[in-house]
Amino acid sequence: MAEAAAAKRIDFQTDPSRYHHWKLVTDGDRAELIMDVDENATLFSGYQLKLNSYDLGVDIELADVLQRLRFEHPEVRVVVMKSGKDKVFCAGANIRMLAVSTHAHKVNFCKFTNETRNSIEDSSENSGQKFICAVRGTAAGGGYELALACDRIILADDGNSTVSLPEIPLLAVLPGTGGLTRVTDKRKVRRDLADAFCTVEEGVKGARAVKWRLVDRVATNSKFDAEVAALATELAASIKKAPGAKGIALTPIPRAIAADTITYSTVRVAIDRPGRRATITILGPDANPPDDIATMHSQAAQFWSLRLARELDDAILELRLNELEVGTLVFKSEGDPGRVLAHDAFLANHAEDWLATEIRNYWKRVLKRIDVTSRSLVATIEPGSCFAGTLAEIVFACDRSFMFQGSRKGDNRGPATMLLSAQNFGAYPMSNGITRLQTRFLGEPESVGAAEKQTGKSLDAAACEDLGLVTSAFDEIDWDDEVRIFLEERASFSADGLTGLEANLRFAGPETMETKIFGRLTAWQNWIFQRPNAVGADGALKRYGSGVKAEFDKKRV
Amino acid sequence: MTTSPTPAGAVDYTTKIPNNINLAGDDRVLKALEQWHPGYIDWWMTMGPDGFQTSDVYLRTAISIDPKGWAKFDYVKMPEYRWGILLAPQDENRLVNFGAHKGEKAWQEVPGEYRASLRRLVVIQGDTEPASVEQQRFLGKTAPSLYDMRNLFQVNVEEGRHLWAMVYLLHKYFGKDGREEADGLLQRRSGDQDKPRMLGAFNEETPDWLSFFMFTFFTDRDGKMQLESLAQSGFDPMSRTCRFMLTEEAHHMFVGETGVSRTIERTCAAMKAAGIEDPYDINRVRALGVIDLPTIQKKANLHYSLSLDLFGSEISTNAANFYNGGLKGRFMETKIEDDHLLTSATYPVLKLIDGQIKSVEEPALTAINMRLRDDYSKDCQGGVNRWNKVIEKAGIKFAITLPSVAFHRHIGEFKDVKVSHDGKVLSETEWIKNRDQWLPSKSDGDYIASLMQPCWERGKYAGWLSAPKVGIDNKGGDFEYVKIHRA
Ligand SMILES: [Fe+2]
Ligand SMILES: [Fe+2]
Repeated sequence: MAEAAAAKRIDFQTDPSRYHHWKLVTDGDRAELIMDVDENATLFSGYQLKLNSYDLGVDIELADVLQRLRFEHPEVRVVVMKSGKDKVFCAGANIRMLAVSTHAHKVNFCKFTNETRNSIEDSSENSGQKFICAVRGTAAGGGYELALACDRIILADDGNSTVSLPEIPLLAVLPGTGGLTRVTDKRKVRRDLADAFCTVEEGVKGARAVKWRLVDRVATNSKFDAEVAALATELAASIKKAPGAKGIALTPIPRAIAADTITYSTVRVAIDRPGRRATITILGPDANPPDDIATMHSQAAQFWSLRLARELDDAILELRLNELEVGTLVFKSEGDPGRVLAHDAFLANHAEDWLATEIRNYWKRVLKRIDVTSRSLVATIEPGSCFAGTLAEIVFACDRSFMFQGSRKGDNRGPATMLLSAQNFGAYPMSNGITRLQTRFLGEPESVGAAEKQTGKSLDAAACEDLGLVTSAFDEIDWDDEVRIFLEERASFSADGLTGLEANLRFAGPETMETKIFGRLTAWQNWIFQRPNAVGADGALKRYGSGVKAEFDKKRV
Repeated sequence: MTTSPTPAGAVDYTTKIPNNINLAGDDRVLKALEQWHPGYIDWWMTMGPDGFQTSDVYLRTAISIDPKGWAKFDYVKMPEYRWGILLAPQDENRLVNFGAHKGEKAWQEVPGEYRASLRRLVVIQGDTEPASVEQQRFLGKTAPSLYDMRNLFQVNVEEGRHLWAMVYLLHKYFGKDGREEADGLLQRRSGDQDKPRMLGAFNEETPDWLSFFMFTFFTDRDGKMQLESLAQSGFDPMSRTCRFMLTEEAHHMFVGETGVSRTIERTCAAMKAAGIEDPYDINRVRALGVIDLPTIQKKANLHYSLSLDLFGSEISTNAANFYNGGLKGRFMETKIEDDHLLTSATYPVLKLIDGQIKSVEEPALTAINMRLRDDYSKDCQGGVNRWNKVIEKAGIKFAITLPSVAFHRHIGEFKDVKVSHDGKVLSETEWIKNRDQWLPSKSDGDYIASLMQPCWERGKYAGWLSAPKVGIDNKGGDFEYVKIHRA
């Protein structure tokens, strides 16, 4: 089973006509998002999605809904998330699915679901779309985690509806997909109460759930819908955004998938299997941005900045879930850096336009997705490349960056340059809340200022090396060998060692809820999921549902 | 020949440097060499043979790798010596012959996975080459003959060329890091407190000519063993470079072996002429102006033990990784009859167990250093036997012996224990009491120093050293091997 889970190609592209598990109903500035999981529409065989439990396929649809809410329904201010099933809100991640999954799939699954939940919070903060979770029935484990991602939680006070995190007693793993960060930091549940909550399999209901801050309100069945509606009205009133926004369609992303390549309109992925690496080439805009904002709205999903963001996002997910042996991602770019900067300026100049704002916010999320991708990230900046402004952020997201100094013999394109724009100094905070350059220069904040002074200038390799924007600059004589040897050496290190190293080095600086969530995931969940107490033959995940009690190694580590 | 040293920077790098690597067509190496070369000449002028840079020395120069070209003899001023880059010819079918990659085609480029390891191997080998030139830089002044002086300078310029050989590898295959390491090779100094050479024996003094002979016999022989095992490397350019270096190394050991042998020969002849039979009648022997055999034994003890330290720890995971990676093999690897993987074999290793020196079977892979050291000891023993033939022929009851491998060690199993010449574990007091009978004492050193008087007349040899049987390049012992023009 686990093998099957590894072999099947996972597609992140979907649209409402293909949803199995979710239904979105919009009505003016309100929307209802109904979770009604089709238990037989699983991503892999070997399990059923009973009781509104989910697998990655369910979450891919949820991520798609959130994205369409932003771009296709900008008029929506409040989203009520509820269950389409009778006695259950959501039973969380499907346990049998976890039991048959490879470790790599489990981790990727958790990471993606975290990103989706962060995305809910991002919509609330930046897209003027608040979420109410209307819980009827049980919200257990990942189901409660879903509720935690929403702005408000209303729990039916019917004697049956509960919220719970039963992972410890039931499954011997850590609750939620991001540890307990949302319990402690978002809902600020008292630690001893949180401890008690996490060890009570059946969870907490009614007034106690409110008292413990696990939910915001409870309502009896008869008053439940009215309470939800009242809360929605309350929340909608708190949102300041101009009415009258008209959405654009997120049309399907054209893409050609071959054995070792994935080709999009603005992104080319080429996989070198023996070298265990993929080269991701980003193509710059072939024209300047339009003169006015209306034209951008009519270009909609074809507008270069949005098209590239969607394609790059899909490419990263493709590689993450479907190419587990690819250890290194090499970013390259081709195009006119001036046009990239012109697009940056265009979006910055129309900051009041909802679509321009959404595109920038989307870029922020795509860049964060790159940040938390557990592969070695390398940028090579060569003549003809266009790492400028927003695209330069990709370089700053990388673990190493190499820049070509001078030109190649017989190449008349001139030396490689990098350009900075205002976008590099605040538009795209990382999960730690500060920019990539601020994170990079944590020990030398003056270097951020020095870089900022160069905004808009063509910076050659020597200048970039000098400013600390790239790791090394190599001329034609050294380039091929240095890059080849670096990549070969990288491929020879332990994959786990590198994952740990990179995760440790990428997120210097302040802790935020987001960094905690990913940190807890990679460190704790990864560890616990590997331990025999969870996945051993007698472990809780394997024995779940067998009626045989799991046997634990009681030694503390 | 020009009469003054070529000013740095005026070298035509494409034509004046003997090479078989198509240097003229290799932009990368040319550019790196142009930047490195002035520093090298500067190093040679300040750290090379002191006081003889303008003398004409009858030297052999390797200008190509064929039998006719690899030893061209002529008078040369050392700073104008044509240091070159010569590699043994490439064998297209050569394979990696040991370790996990056994059977793959030998690598023509550095595999990224092994970049750091290979660079380390090249740098360590490279560091020894200039170090010995530095150690020997004042010896010209006390040369016991023009013949010996010429041999010294021959060894010196060839160590310079060996440095070039390692620098070539660094420049050609290791990029920016390699160029930095190549510069570092010119910056460290033998015996310097702040920036010493990397290995212990290369920071010791070479205060007199007997030390020089012992050094070239024992320590250059370590160089030979290292080159032999690097010549097995799956990284083909390293293998080819080392194979050519070995042809030159043979002469260095010849200088050492015959130097010690001629010292012994002279001592024995003087003893016989004076009717002294007891080799331990040291005062009478010294009164003859020759070096007594027990002192020669002590010098051998010192240099042998220092050289054993160069093989590193007996049990070494680094050595195991180098072997398993196909980077550094064993002495005569391809002639050994085994699986060349060593994943299940064992090898006997001498260890200190409960205060006793015992042989223990250890995994052969981690005992690679031990094995190379054993091969080295065997190689040394051959030369020692030839020395003893000379003593025997003179009818004197004395034999030079190699001390126990546990004697006077600073690295490995025996570094924390005091051991006698014949391998008995000693207390600290016993060691202090007996030290001077095994290692040269201050007064031994003073005596030898008193003999170190220059003897620069054509055909003359210092009184403590006999003349060679044959000269160099079929010239006689009275040939003017060095035309001294003191600066
Ligand atoms: Fe040498
Ligand atoms: Fe040598």
